[in-house]
Amino acid sequence: MTAVSDFFHGIGDRFRALPKWAKVVLLVLLALVVYLLPILNPPLITTTGSDFGAVLFLCALYSLVALGLNVVIGYAGLLDLGYIGFFAVGAFTVGVLGSSHAKLPLLLCIPLAMVATLVSGILLGAPTLRVRGDYLAIVTLGFGEIIRLALVNTDWLSGPRGISNIPTPPSIHLFNVPHVTWQGFTAFLDLENTTDFLTFSVTDSIPYYWLALTCVLIVLFLDRLMQNSRVGRAWEATREDEDAAELMGVPTFRFKLLAFATGAAIGGLSGSLFATKQQFINPDNFTIIYSVLFVAMVVVGGQGNRWGVIVAAVLLTWAPERFRFLADARFLLFGVLLIVLSIFRPQGLLPPRRTLRAKEADEEAPDTLDAEGVARG
Amino acid sequence: MAEPTTTPEHDDALARPEDVDTTPDTSVDISVEEVTDLPQGKMLEVDDVTLRFGGVTALDGVSFHINTGEILGLIGPNGAGKTTCFNVMTGVYQPTSGDVRFMGDPLGRRKKFAITKLGIARTFQNIRLFHNMTALENVLVGADAHHSSGIFSALLRLPRHRAEEEEGMDRAHELLKFMGLEKRANELARNLPYGDQRRLEIARALATNPKLLCLDEPAAGFNPAEKVKLMELIQSIREQGYTVLLIEHDMRLVMGVTDRIVVLEFGKKIAEGLPAEIRDNPAVIAAYLGVDESAS
Amino acid sequence: MDLLIHHFWELTITGLAIGAVYALVALGYTLVYGVLRLINFAHSEVFMYGSFAAVWVLMALGAGKATGLGLAGYLVVGFIAAMAMSGIIALVVEFVAYRPLRKRNSPPLIALISAIGASFTFSELMGLRDKPLKWFGLEGLQPYLGRARENLPLTLHVETKRVFPIFNYQVTNIDLIVLVSAIVMMVLLDQFVRRSRLGRGIRAVAQDPEAAALMGVNRDRVIRLTFLIGGIMAGAAAMMYLLKIGVTRYNAGFILGIKAFTAAVLGGIGNLRGALVGGFVLGVAENYGGAIFGNQWKDVVAFVLLIIILLFRPTGLLGESLGKARA
Repeated sequence: MTAVSDFFHGIGDRFRALPKWAKVVLLVLLALVVYLLPILNPPLITTTGSDFGAVLFLCALYSLVALGLNVVIGYAGLLDLGYIGFFAVGAFTVGVLGSSHAKLPLLLCIPLAMVATLVSGILLGAPTLRVRGDYLAIVTLGFGEIIRLALVNTDWLSGPRGISNIPTPPSIHLFNVPHVTWQGFTAFLDLENTTDFLTFSVTDSIPYYWLALTCVLIVLFLDRLMQNSRVGRAWEATREDEDAAELMGVPTFRFKLLAFATGAAIGGLSGSLFATKQQFINPDNFTIIYSVLFVAMVVVGGQGNRWGVIVAAVLLTWAPERFRFLADARFLLFGVLLIVLSIFRPQGLLPPRRTLRAKEADEEAPDTLDAEGVARG
Repeated sequence: MAEPTTTPEHDDALARPEDVDTTPDTSVDISVEEVTDLPQGKMLEVDDVTLRFGGVTALDGVSFHINTGEILGLIGPNGAGKTTCFNVMTGVYQPTSGDVRFMGDPLGRRKKFAITKLGIARTFQNIRLFHNMTALENVLVGADAHHSSGIFSALLRLPRHRAEEEEGMDRAHELLKFMGLEKRANELARNLPYGDQRRLEIARALATNPKLLCLDEPAAGFNPAEKVKLMELIQSIREQGYTVLLIEHDMRLVMGVTDRIVVLEFGKKIAEGLPAEIRDNPAVIAAYLGVDESAS
Repeated sequence: MDLLIHHFWELTITGLAIGAVYALVALGYTLVYGVLRLINFAHSEVFMYGSFAAVWVLMALGAGKATGLGLAGYLVVGFIAAMAMSGIIALVVEFVAYRPLRKRNSPPLIALISAIGASFTFSELMGLRDKPLKWFGLEGLQPYLGRARENLPLTLHVETKRVFPIFNYQVTNIDLIVLVSAIVMMVLLDQFVRRSRLGRGIRAVAQDPEAAALMGVNRDRVIRLTFLIGGIMAGAAAMMYLLKIGVTRYNAGFILGIKAFTAAVLGGIGNLRGALVGGFVLGVAENYGGAIFGNQWKDVVAFVLLIIILLFRPTGLLGESLGKARA
């Protein structure tokens, strides 16, 4: 297993060694491939039983969730078992503002939903972040359930039947992108089967995938900025030793609240995207099981490592679809996986490389000590 | 994690080839900012402080003061309440009665980080570095104590953020150089040798720009040569303008570096005065009876 | 509000009855937390398995309508089956999901993840549908296994009889059975923890594992015992639950587990008497809340109560007993 994470870290190293223009070209190519995945439909990866575009949308969506929760659990070290609550607040804010009580355009609803979730994160965090770690887990679990129950029982918000006719993002018709089909390992352009760039409708998941993917990339970029700043350092120090951090001048409570709020906002964004794709949301979509799934993604991926959690999110979403025969036993396997990982690989698939920044600093200042002797992972 | 060596001579004899020179470079200027703010007389006053937990009286009517620019030693047998005193001064505990006044201002119910921002910084008896962060990052966290750029500044890379990051980096590098840790800046704190970890803790505390630096047994586990170097370090810190409060068990070190000494026993102050006076004080000798006096 | 006043005694007595169920399950959570500082997420499944054991055994015995001595006999059998199964499952959970982590000195977050994994594994195992049965040629067992995803009813039918009145509420025999069983179990536990050597061992390990080890207390043994006792209590609760609710499912433990943990925290985590008080208070508060706000809000009451307690009195009603396992 160490071989796997070393492999990925090795790739990272070789990447960092490249000159700037090479890095940019490589990244753009990589991004292009990822965007075109549902069009290309690569044979071994594509999900035959279900709509590959829809599966990829879900992968991107859950990657976004994992990134948000990674801030809370991975960076700030707060155990949040109620993340689905933020997801729900985001989705239903879009529903209420865009469909059931107003008809605001989606592009306005989404930021408003993020604000609503941010506020709910602060409201939840302010009183509860003072309690002990395990208690926080239970309280957040309770919060997630309270949100769901409140939604089911309050007709003004949702009621048991949920909200439908959620607005789609605005569409503009530019051109059609033909899909690629395969026979064996030969590719053919299928001119019948096309995706309209850029029309959002129920018939085609792919534009939604592109939207979600773009959000993931933006959040990834912002995440990096956050981590390499006073905020990121404060979170790490708080997670390492909260009391010592406070004695070194870190207002730990404020930063914990900030982590909570940031995670919440990202959760709200994800919920909004979910709502607009589904067009119809119902409180049953937002049960505790999802909170647990999200936490598992972060822990399995390697809490604190934004790539690790994305890998885990994608894997845990794609695998059950790709290997459909597993679908029934999905949660059973999931439970077993959690136990096995906890025992044998608690640091997750890709534990964060805390010396990463140290390595970067090394390259910029060659007279400092080579960090060879530093422990990995 | 590096264990405190009990036979430290061993360390010097088997120096590894990649060992780096970590002598402090005390020529670096890391002086206290706003020197004009410092009061002429008392910087800190502990005024009749009593601290009770349940049935235990950890501190009983303790009163002493620290003058600006002095190095005050706080000594006493184990369990006397020295670290507890530190904890009250840094806001970890609220006194049951009595006051702590810093530059005339009572600490009140201030939170720990607020007290640090006021100008009191400390190190710990058991090293409490951020082990999975590098030496540089540890010090940067300290330097952040006076920064105020938040998440928006960071995300938008506003000028304030960039200025503060640069200022923090500069100060951190200066402090690391002062402590002789420049070459180890990018190593994880947990991988540093024991002596370097102790010095890193001091660097981190100094990064918060304190006026008063409280050191809790900074020489624990050091060999005699290292202790001498530490004494010189503490003196240079004072020369840079800092006031130092020192808890130590090693009498030679305490006698050699402090200007005045306060002695605690069972939570009470039993003596206060110049090192020479304290050394000959019968109450102090009695308190330490049975304990090895050189205690190094 | 009217509902509350008119049906006050009914709400109170039935609240106490369901509260008794919460209380017994809460004991398991509080015991394990007190000794290991671990939230045993899988405890809800320990409870659930106990309920299935009782259902299966009574189904196999052909229990139906019963009264008098027959009823008593069936009840005893049901209780024993549930307690035995729950006890065994509790030990299995400890062995599979927690002990390997103790050996590796894992951080608490990881233990929590393992606990969650165990919870899923065990509930999904019970909830496996018919297919695995076909693979193993066990179709004959279909009435027992393979139906866990629907409401599986308890075949033993106890005719509800009004036994005696308290003010304007006629206390039923079921309520009585439940409350009496609960009290019996609680007294037995109390005596055990206070008087027996093993009970003292639990308290010692909770307070200071290293000192306890130095005094010759076998920590692993004590931990196993803690899980076992918690399991047995949950098993008894399962039988009581079946008598009150009548059906069980593969995820019956889920919400009940959260509420029981709430009860444990409510009373003061680690404090056994606290778990009992917490359970009863929660059961009654739920009922009152449901009467005031409407039945659909009952579950919310539990969670809101939890958050309020954690904010204003985090040590719980009776004060927590971390490291004291105070009885």
